[in-house]
Amino acid sequence: MAHDHAHNAPPSETAMRVKALETLLTEKGLLDPAAIDALVETYETKIGPRNGAKVVARAWTDPDYKQRLLEDGSAAIAELGFSGVQGEDMVVVENTDDVHNLVTCTLCSCYPWPTLGLPPIWFKSAPYRARSVIDPRGVLEEFGVTLSDDIEVRVWDSSAELRYLVLPQRPAGTEGLSEDELAALVTRDSMIGTALVEAPAS
Amino acid sequence: MNGIHDMGGMQCMGPIIREENEPQFHEEWEGRVFGMFFTNFAEGHFNVDMFRHAIERMGPAEYLETSYYEHWLHVYETVLVERGILTQAEIDEKIASLREAGGS
Repeated sequence: MAHDHAHNAPPSETAMRVKALETLLTEKGLLDPAAIDALVETYETKIGPRNGAKVVARAWTDPDYKQRLLEDGSAAIAELGFSGVQGEDMVVVENTDDVHNLVTCTLCSCYPWPTLGLPPIWFKSAPYRARSVIDPRGVLEEFGVTLSDDIEVRVWDSSAELRYLVLPQRPAGTEGLSEDELAALVTRDSMIGTALVEAPAS
Repeated sequence: MNGIHDMGGMQCMGPIIREENEPQFHEEWEGRVFGMFFTNFAEGHFNVDMFRHAIERMGPAEYLETSYYEHWLHVYETVLVERGILTQAEIDEKIASLREAGGS
């Protein structure tokens, strides 16, 4: 555990401010700490990029589903049971031989929680938010993704309500894999657009 | 609005730092702040626009020096006081008494 110190060191000023707020709201009957416990547990254990990976794998194996997903992302994702806060308005953008999509949020790190969980540090960081829209190819290089010049890069900047999910390309040589096996190949970053999905090592 | 929160296209921010296998929350308080988004929202203390507006009113230096969930904490402190649900004096007193008790 990299964060063991947090349990021994005196609480930070920030931790104290949070505790004060939670205590005051609880005393006024405006907050139930057990509700916070449940939310934290849900997001730590149940909601994350494995959800999005299932959506991608379904789209790769079911052309009708893929069509529905590209036409109405929110509805098609809800078919698999993933909906809720920060996933109300989903747009799915498809990577092809000619187009690569990259998702960012320059304003405040909006992110599709139901399908990807909570955003990683780098997605929330100033360098990513600043540079993703002005130098997307440079950002992709930094993530180890080199695209040939004839591939168009489209950058999607999330708005206050709208969230994007990248449908990555299915890697070659995966024809024999099941939907579950395909889902296991799909990484969080491939659904943000900062990675490609790799075929399994044979 | 063209404040510090609107970072698209800014240059010289340095490399993108990534953390392998990062936890959902790096500190326990981050999880509490995250959860309070839902409970405060459900109580009707703010909507999405008020949430964003409170972040956009942060001073640029403070905005850059604080983290994602500290921005959220700033929103709660700002909006709850502005709406008369808590007073700044109440918050300050509670922090002081928690500090005296050792913070636990």
